[in-house]
Amino acid sequence: MSKQGSSAATHWHRTRNLTFLTLGIWFFFSFVIHWFGAELNTVSFLGFPLGFYMAAQGAPIVFVVLLYVSTRRQEKIDDECGVAE
Amino acid sequence: MNGRFIENLPRVYGLYTGGFIVFIGMMAVLEQMGVSADTLGILFVAFTIAIYAGIGWLSRTMQVDAYYVAGREVPALYNGMATAADWMSGASFVAMAGGVYFGGYGYLAFIVGWTGGYVLVNSLLAPYLRKFGCYTVPDFIGTRYGGNLARLFAVIVLVVASFTYVTAQINATGTIAARALQIPFELGVWFGLLGILLCSMLGGMRAVTWTQVAQYIVLIIAYLVPVFWMSNVQGFGVIPQISYGGAVERIGELEALQGVGTLMPTQSFDGLRALTTPHAAASDAAMASWKFVTLVLVLMAGTASLPHILMRYFTTPSVREARRSVVWSLFFIFLLYVTAPALATFTKLQIMDPNLATGIIGKSIADVQALDWIQKWSNVGFLAIADSNGDGLLQINEFFMRGDIVVLATPEIAGLPYVISGLVAAGGMAAAMSTADGLLLAIANALSHDLYYKIIDPDADTKTRLIVARILLIIIGAGGALVASLKLSSILGAVAWAFSFACSGLFFPLVLGVWWKRANRHGAVAGMGLGFLAGSIYLYQVRFAGMEPWIGIDHLRFGIIGMAVSLISMVVVTLLTEEPDAETQAMVDEIRIPGGATVLNQDQ
Repeated sequence: MSKQGSSAATHWHRTRNLTFLTLGIWFFFSFVIHWFGAELNTVSFLGFPLGFYMAAQGAPIVFVVLLYVSTRRQEKIDDECGVAE
Repeated sequence: MNGRFIENLPRVYGLYTGGFIVFIGMMAVLEQMGVSADTLGILFVAFTIAIYAGIGWLSRTMQVDAYYVAGREVPALYNGMATAADWMSGASFVAMAGGVYFGGYGYLAFIVGWTGGYVLVNSLLAPYLRKFGCYTVPDFIGTRYGGNLARLFAVIVLVVASFTYVTAQINATGTIAARALQIPFELGVWFGLLGILLCSMLGGMRAVTWTQVAQYIVLIIAYLVPVFWMSNVQGFGVIPQISYGGAVERIGELEALQGVGTLMPTQSFDGLRALTTPHAAASDAAMASWKFVTLVLVLMAGTASLPHILMRYFTTPSVREARRSVVWSLFFIFLLYVTAPALATFTKLQIMDPNLATGIIGKSIADVQALDWIQKWSNVGFLAIADSNGDGLLQINEFFMRGDIVVLATPEIAGLPYVISGLVAAGGMAAAMSTADGLLLAIANALSHDLYYKIIDPDADTKTRLIVARILLIIIGAGGALVASLKLSSILGAVAWAFSFACSGLFFPLVLGVWWKRANRHGAVAGMGLGFLAGSIYLYQVRFAGMEPWIGIDHLRFGIIGMAVSLISMVVVTLLTEEPDAETQAMVDEIRIPGGATVLNQDQ
């Protein structure tokens, strides 16, 4: 029990840290960056005003990549802690 | 047979996709042979609905786990497609590009919110609920917190949020069926409902899953093909999503010349709008930023609270597959959402730019009125032209249209063959039907499993439970169709409300149920009840009682109020009452670990 308990505790600790990191990046691209839409629009990116680009394309791309990477890392954590299915 | 079907999925859906492309080719041949546009539209919609109904029939079942969670055997990739179809509604398909067309930068909050919500689903909820092993979302709430009151409150929030949403979807199926099949709207609504029930009634979640995969394939082909075709024909670039920056810039120049935002319309037409908002410009006022991020937050938290989405992740074989299928879901959704602003941009440029053959602004009104697509869509009341200043030329404030036209009429504006318009109608129908299916099933399952089986009659046998589930499905569907036929609200208004309802009542009780071991029954009941109540009262006050919204939190964002009340009341009440018993705390520990048996074991 104690050994299993401690590996479960490590697993949850690492899972929580990964989740907080993921949500930190998510928060930045969901809210922080769009707060400055007007300022970003003065910069041109691939021909787009940057604020428009980040909302129409940049943030969704970040979300897809972020989910992919964090899922891979979560699977690694599950395997290393021996709690995977 | 069942096992073999799962193993053969790539072949089955590969053949299906190939067959659909051959069908499009046959329609193109028929068009060349002189078959009328109306007939093609009817063939497209009728053929695809017949396929979905066939899948629904083949997936019929009398097993509880197949009916509620598709037997928990849907692989991640296919569950991703099914979720994407479940998620992308008639509003996403038909109205989103139109929203960007009219709303410009501010409307992009919908794109950010409806994609980023999946980060919350994946990080906070889906894998843990899958490990829990429940059939419905209230099933989780009811077991985690214990007691019928918590379960009942979850059912109530689920029903209100999902029913608000489903009427909008049935409305959309009615609109599309009415146009494609040339029948009155009221009849179209009931026809659409019939199609929806054919997909879900006999096979429950199993049937809905396999029709949703088929519907995703139709809807994504129908959305992407016209945009790629148009972009290549008009010389906007091979991959339009990458190359429309120049078009955005050109629109900016034309807006200054044509007076977008300065020339206001002097006449008005019911349901139609003239373009008055600049395309890419963002206001630098703090209020504009605040409204953008609050809408994003409500849509994201709503995504993570809407039961018809969460329950899709109950159908995967494992926790790992559930995680992976969230990633696939977001990817499949991303394909459409990244295309919508590109489509809006190209359509706007085609209408505005005098250097393009399709441009109409600045042309003589008589010439514009002679155009086929203008005549066709004016006849059905989707657009209107008025020479307000009497100079015989069309100004930006003299051209009125419905947002839906951006998707529905773009093939015609760009001069693509009618077969493409038929394809778009089939895609819109697939989008609306698949979402309506998922929502109806979420409501009926919550009522049959949580209200009837868990609260009213725990001794009911399997057969009775499944018959009750089906009867409820029909009753709720009929209720939705009845409300939809009354045409109470615009499609998108009602959709945004569903997100606010869901996150007001369910977001924190769900998330804290996994992430805060201390959260207890009294806190959850307070969080659901007070959050939902506060949100609803606020909505009523700002929308119907004429109250001035607080700091820009209007009726689209009332979930902000609901969520704040929900969080505070849940935390305060939890801390004032005793912590949950050891058994419940052990259960929370258990759902945080992917391996091992599910917490609930009710599959039979």
